[in-house]
Amino acid sequence: MTTNLATSPARARALFDRIQQNRYLGLVGLAVALLVPFITATNYALSVMTSALLFVMLAVGLNIVVGYCGLLDLGYAAFFAIGAYVSGVLATRYGWPLLATVPVVIVAAVVAGIVIGGPTLRLRSDYLAIVTLGFGEIIRITANNLTITGGPSGIYGIPGIMLLGVDLSGPVGLYYTCVVVVALAVLGAARLGRSRLGRAWRFIREDEDAAEAMGINTYRVKLAAYIGGAIWGGLAGILFGAQLSAISPPSFTFLWSALILMAVVLGGMGSTPGVVLGAIFISVLPELLREVADYRYFVFGILLIIVMIFRRQGLWPARAVERQSRRDQRKAEEHDVREAKEVVP
Amino acid sequence: MTQLLWNGLFVGSFYALVALGYTMVYGIIRLLNFAHGDLYMLGAFVGFGVLSVAGGLATGLGFVALLIVLIIAMLVTGTAGLLLERVAYRPLRGAPRLSVLITAVGASFALEYGMRLLAGPNPEVYPVRLAGDSVNLLGARITIQQASLILIAILLMAGLQWLVMGTETGRAMRAISQDPTAALYMGINVDAVIARTFFIGSALAGAAGVMAGGYYGKIDFLMGFIIGLKAFTAAVIGGIGNIKGAMLGGLALGLLESIGTAWIGGQWRDVFAFTFLIIFLTLRPTGILGERVTERV
Repeated sequence: MTTNLATSPARARALFDRIQQNRYLGLVGLAVALLVPFITATNYALSVMTSALLFVMLAVGLNIVVGYCGLLDLGYAAFFAIGAYVSGVLATRYGWPLLATVPVVIVAAVVAGIVIGGPTLRLRSDYLAIVTLGFGEIIRITANNLTITGGPSGIYGIPGIMLLGVDLSGPVGLYYTCVVVVALAVLGAARLGRSRLGRAWRFIREDEDAAEAMGINTYRVKLAAYIGGAIWGGLAGILFGAQLSAISPPSFTFLWSALILMAVVLGGMGSTPGVVLGAIFISVLPELLREVADYRYFVFGILLIIVMIFRRQGLWPARAVERQSRRDQRKAEEHDVREAKEVVP
Repeated sequence: MTQLLWNGLFVGSFYALVALGYTMVYGIIRLLNFAHGDLYMLGAFVGFGVLSVAGGLATGLGFVALLIVLIIAMLVTGTAGLLLERVAYRPLRGAPRLSVLITAVGASFALEYGMRLLAGPNPEVYPVRLAGDSVNLLGARITIQQASLILIAILLMAGLQWLVMGTETGRAMRAISQDPTAALYMGINVDAVIARTFFIGSALAGAAGVMAGGYYGKIDFLMGFIIGLKAFTAAVIGGIGNIKGAMLGGLALGLLESIGTAWIGGQWRDVFAFTFLIIFLTLRPTGILGERVTERV
């Protein structure tokens, strides 16, 4: 059976593909996230895991912009900051409960997305990258200089989340809140990516001119991606404020935007499971490497270059599901037929 | 008012020097070298290193020492730019724009935090400080050193102009920026010319770094980030890809900032510059001297 030898790596790959495309994968991830606190529930572990979840949410949000639509946003931390500051100001200065700030944050994120995306999305990709970078700096410097945002010392005393009278502000409560919110966010982003709009996004990423020629209003569709990313970032900002109970401008530097981008690129642009893994990797790795903490950003930088040169699709690439799976199916069928012929001589 | 204008022109000449590298690289291979600002930082640190080693000798010689340091720093940053192109950008030639941009972000990170590993996270104080006697010129106070720095900047720019317009290499550069494939068919060694472009652009950024170190007196490993953004803004204002435009844009941005700072306060200076960039790009994306660039399909 020489054919068997030849096909066994292909079979292994097919198996791996099946695992990758398994629809229950997300549920397994969710189950793991729900069960981990039963293994270790120290405050430290919970805070690391909560941060990792927030990072997942940010990465999934940026993935809408960069991964699906191919627009490089280097100032994504700006939306994160807007969410954190809007909810923080409303909660501390005006005494709103944190949940009540959610609609306001969404509106603010949409407005910010339109303000920055509106004029700039007609520009070429590299202009957009720099403009978003400038926007990130504008937001950070503004937060640093206004009185309502507390200037350099920021805002402190942000209350925890209360839901129907249940206090969720403890580490465990917050962790589970984040698990639920982030799971919904991941699911939402993945479904968006598979929707009609998501297909338009990927079309634009692959060939904007062709997309335009096929009757897609590229400007509106790109703006939609931008606004989507902004909302995800803003909501993550609320959770961030709830977790730390204090926010200040240094939390929203370019470093953050770059790390989120790193998670998206490393995991695989456009691939939801990849990006989730990438985000967990990027946020947990520094905790594991505390001793060599000084090296980590240097290593991250080198890693970005290496990934781009040798594995541009990331560690867990997105697949063009519709086309690929059908072709795989056909291949598998042909393979089965061939095997059947060989078995029946 | 004259003081404001003078300060603006002075800072603007730094911006212009850094913007030149941006615009040259962009003009020739349409790559936004994101790590360019960090080469400026590298230049400042190389200058710092050389001056520290030379020690007392340098402080005795003052300005002449700074000139020698300037040349050493230019050579080192130029080589670093060459290396960067070879390792990070050349393997990706022809790749999608997004990939190259991400590589460039990675390169910027590696440079910044690599320098942090070498020199430590704290700002360093430059051993040579350019604070000399000042002259009164039309009501503005100008130090001799400031005037000399501007002079150096002008000389460097004039040299570049001559290089691009008057030499073989410059002609090859212009040919590649028109059409890389055709240039290749005409027997131009495209890779070598691109490498040279990187060397020159990076060396100019390095020179600006040393000058800024000598002028401000303080350097740190993140100093390239903001200046990179500003230089890009300057390049865009002048029309990216256009060398005269970069000089003009740098000076314009310096003046705008200087006046804007006096008008709305120093802490809003960067906000002012970036808002201006966004507005400018929206209204006139090709810049003052830029031609309309059509995207190749």
